[in-house]
Parts: sequence; structure tokens; C-alpha cells
Amino acid sequence: MLAQRAASEGPRWTRAVRAPSIPSPWVGRQGNQMLKEKYQEEIDEIISRYPVKRSALIPLLYLAQRDEGFISESAMKEIAGLLRLTPPQVYETATFYTMLNLKRVGKFHLQVCKSLMCALAGSDTVIGWVKTKLGIGPGETTSDGLFTLSAVECLAACGTAPMMQVNEDYYERLTEERFDKILADLKQYGTCSLKTGPFMWPEAPKAQVKG
Amino acid sequence: MPKHELILLKNMMQPGYTGSLQDYERAGGYQALRKVVGKVPPAEVTAMVMKSGLRGRGGAGFPTGVKWGFLPKGYQGARYLCCNADESEPGTFKDRQLIERDPHQILEGIVLACYAIGAETAYIYIRGEFVLGARILERAIAEARTAGYIGTNILGAGITANVWVHRGAGAYICGEETALLESLEGKRGLPRVKPPFPATHGLYNKPTVVNNIETLANLPHIVGRGPEWFASIGSPPKSTGTRVFCVSGHVKGPGNYEVPMGITFRELIYEHAGGMRSDIPLKAFIPGGASAPFLTPNHLDVKLDFESVAAAGSMLGSGGVTVMEEGTDMVWAALRLMEFFYHESCGKCSPCREGSSWLVQTMRRIVAKRGRMEDLETLVDLCKNIEGRTVCAFGDASVAPIMGTLKHWRSEYVALIQEAEAANLIKLEPAGRH
Repeated sequence: MLAQRAASEGPRWTRAVRAPSIPSPWVGRQGNQMLKEKYQEEIDEIISRYPVKRSALIPLLYLAQRDEGFISESAMKEIAGLLRLTPPQVYETATFYTMLNLKRVGKFHLQVCKSLMCALAGSDTVIGWVKTKLGIGPGETTSDGLFTLSAVECLAACGTAPMMQVNEDYYERLTEERFDKILADLKQYGTCSLKTGPFMWPEAPKAQVKG
Repeated sequence: MPKHELILLKNMMQPGYTGSLQDYERAGGYQALRKVVGKVPPAEVTAMVMKSGLRGRGGAGFPTGVKWGFLPKGYQGARYLCCNADESEPGTFKDRQLIERDPHQILEGIVLACYAIGAETAYIYIRGEFVLGARILERAIAEARTAGYIGTNILGAGITANVWVHRGAGAYICGEETALLESLEGKRGLPRVKPPFPATHGLYNKPTVVNNIETLANLPHIVGRGPEWFASIGSPPKSTGTRVFCVSGHVKGPGNYEVPMGITFRELIYEHAGGMRSDIPLKAFIPGGASAPFLTPNHLDVKLDFESVAAAGSMLGSGGVTVMEEGTDMVWAALRLMEFFYHESCGKCSPCREGSSWLVQTMRRIVAKRGRMEDLETLVDLCKNIEGRTVCAFGDASVAPIMGTLKHWRSEYVALIQEAEAANLIKLEPAGRH
């Protein structure tokens, strides 16, 4: 019954030690275009929200991640320059947060919640489906680079468990049928209509009246 | 129909309610703000909140008005309000619904709080996974700014309150208020040593108030309908108002239920959430998120208020009630929660950093049927050395699942170990006998 945790996964505070899988010197940035040239206005707007520049660090790291799909070493260096920080200051923050990917992930990042509340509703089964249908375990990526699976901790959808987050979208109350449709739609259209909109559970006001 | 009046979930229960500014205003929104801004002195708003008996909905249950009162009087520099929307306590999913379905209710509360404490800037620290929630909030802020409820010169009264959404990036510990401030400053989310408290040395070392989203959502109602009305709901004098409880696990109708504080767990689980999923009897439940020790069916008649749950040996915490049916392996359940805490320990304090790792290893060994009787003592010893010896409350929370299950279901641990001992035909030599 124990979740198969990839050997590389450990507690949060070990991420900084595990992270240096980034090849150096880094050659990943397409055309080496600087974030500053590409997103000048957005960067200025983000920095203007805070009286102290360093506060803009996580938002800028998100920006870099949106640009490349993960946060490269060169992006971290550039952000350090933008915020007048040292690269280690950027690195120490970037390695603390699990949503900041320091490695490339698949086009669709399946994050299946494995905390107790989801486990009671069968999240291990969901991880099993991923294993049989895509052939990947937690921490692995399919060979076509489409899917990466992560077993993550609570995503605040315990009432609608089991659930997973794919990139930015939540998919809740997973059944094998729904799960198959999600995978097929993601492959074909890049998104799926089963994703959760503005959350409310129990859902309809009518159901509430009856209950 | 629910027997009681809904406060926080009332608007979103209306068919067709979208959470837009127009809908919110039609439902009577922003009236509380109009009532006080420029007309009632800020100190009186604080007094109202104090009188209402509102207590923080994030977990600790600290009286909100008192918290505001700790801000230094007559301080001239900047002050900040931080709204804690980093809902990551396993079992809790109420903030998500409040944010995504009725964002203006929260914004009105934020502006009221800013007005009361004299803060010109508020940051909503929302957990990174709530991408949709952050977008909805940003859209609502833009709407409210255009309508003159947020920004400079609110409602023409010369008051400034700017609200920004700041996304976290996936760290449970950032729900702890000082870790949240560190994270907001762009650092690793390591909790600070207290004192000094955020009220005097908070964000950027300035006086700061950190309030949970649900706490803030209550403010428009308290200000609009009066503190006496609010104080009469629930189980006065100590636990007033309603709370949104999140029921999950083996129940027929999991979800968010807003009920007055002071009803019993039996009512919540069997009436509101529809009872057990497959009519298998209840074995255990967690009363307030992963940090609260487990309770047994004997505790079903405990009242849902801060004091009663504390007296039963647990805590009301964040209001996440997780129900487990007969047949659930309690050692496995405790291990699952322990793995969560092991993963989320920030690594600042040695007892928690090292201890959580030891606890997980020992628990995994017991669950894998390779445990020994001494392991039970080791577990208790480790727990006692973590509890109360860390900078923040995370250490105390992380031992709750193991201490709670050891207290009520020790026999399950023993059974697993006895099975292991029976299977291990070749006994290890006791240490030091060479």
C-alpha cells in the first residue's frame, strides 16, 4: 500500500542538494533571448508592486518558468541581476519551492495528490493507472516528453478526491473513465473539458436544499 | 434547507451567482465599506471586531481584534496586511471555494481590515497551485479598482488601500505567518523566531497583520450587521459565528458545510455530510486538518468549538474534518500523514528536520512488518523530543498523527509488530553481546 516514492524524492530541505542536475554551462535558452528584452513591461509591473525588490523574486521565477517550461541557470542569473541579488540568493529561494521546476518536465505535468485524504479515496489507484497507461512512476517522464508524473502532497481538493493537477488545471473526482478521457483529450487538444471551474462542493444549490 | 442562516456561503448558494462585482453589489455587497469609510473612525472598527468575538479561522483561533490591537499605536511608517490564502492543511478546502466563488466578499473584508489597522498595502498570499483562484482574484481586484473600492482615495474619502495577489510556489510551511512573510520577501519560507511578533516587526520589518481569508470574509458581515448579531451566533462567548467545515474521507457527501460553531461532530458528519459512505461504522476522524490528533467514535458528541475540541485532546484547527470508516489501517493512516510532514519540514530546526525523517523510517518499518517492540518507545521518545522544541508550531503538528493513533489504537501497532516478530524466525542478536 505504500506509495512508490522515487528514490530522488525526499524532504523539501534536501532539494538544494539534489538540484544540481542542471547542466552547466547551460545552453537551453532559445536564441539566448533575455527575459528582460522579452517581458520588459511585465517585469517592471511586477517589481513596482513591492517596496523591496527581492519580493518580486518568486513572481519572476514563475515568469521564467512560463517562458521555458522550467527555470534554467541562466534565467536565475539574469533575475539575480534584475533584482540586485547574488545568484546564490536566487538559487536558495528557487530550490525551496516544489512548484519551481529546476529540471525540464513533460508537456503535461500530472501531479497526483497522495496525502491521506486522497489516499482514503483511492489515490494509489490513480498512480497505478498512470503506471499501466503511460508506463511511468512518480518522478518519471514518458519517452515522448509528453507526460511527467509527480506524487505530490495535499492540493486542497480533499472533498473531491481522488484528484490531480495537470499544469494549471485541477481534475477532481477521478474515475478510470474520466482519467482515460483526460489523457486522450490532453494528447489530442492539449486541454480537457473535465477540468474544474470555480470550485464549489457540494455543487448545485438544489442538492443543498434537498440535503 | 439548512436549519441555520448561511453567512459566508450565502451568496454563492444563490442560483446563477457568478461572483462578479455586479452580482456582489446586488446581494448587498460593499455596503459595509460604504457605511464606515470616512464615517466611522478606524479604532471603532477594531472595537467592533473585538466585540464580535471573531477568532482567526486559520488554525490557531487567536481573537482577530486582539491581534489588530497589538499594532504599535501612533506609528507613522508603513503597515501591511497579509491575507493568508496559502490553504495547504490536508483536509481543508474552504478558502478555495470562498476565493473562487465570491472574491469580492474577501476583498471587502480586506479593505475593511486595511482601514481599521491603517495599512495602505495588502498582499494576498495565495498558494501557487490555485492558478484559477489567483486569476479570479486579480480580475475582481481590477473590477473593484475601477469602481473605486480599491486604490487611492477609496469612495472619495482620501483613504488608500492597494491590494496585490502574490502567488506562493508550493510549500506548506508558508501558511505559518512568519514563514509567509519570509516567502513574501522572496526568501526561503523558514519561520522566524518569535518574539518579535509580526505586529511590530513583520513584512519588511514593519508592523504587519496576517489574517486568514475566511477571517477576513467575515468582516463585511460583522461591520454591516453589527458585532452583537455576530456574537449571538455559534457558541458564545468564546466561539462565535459560523465556520465553514470541510468534510472529506469516507462520507456520502463530502464538501464544504457552513454551520454555527457549537454543533456536534455527529450532526456535521451524519446530518450535513450524509453519514458514512457505505454504511460501515465510523472508526476515526480528524477534527481539524492533519495537524490535529485523531478522535474516536466516542468523541462524536464533542461540540465543534475551540474549547470543546481542545478538551477532547485535539484541536479545531483549520476545520478540515476527515472521516475514516471501520477497516481503515490506522498505522498506515498515521504514516501517510507523517510522510506529508516529513516532506514539508522546512529544515530549520534540528528536532523537526531529523525527527520527522526518523519517524517516517520507523513507521515504514512497522507498516512493512519489520518492526520491533522497542520501536513503539522510539516513536514516543522521538515525538516528545520534537514537540515544543521547534521555532514554529509545525513540530507540534507533525507528531499529532502518531501520538493520536498511539493513544487510541496502540493495539494495531502491537499487532503489526507481533506479526513481524512471528515471521522473523531468526532473531537478531541484541546489541553489545559479542
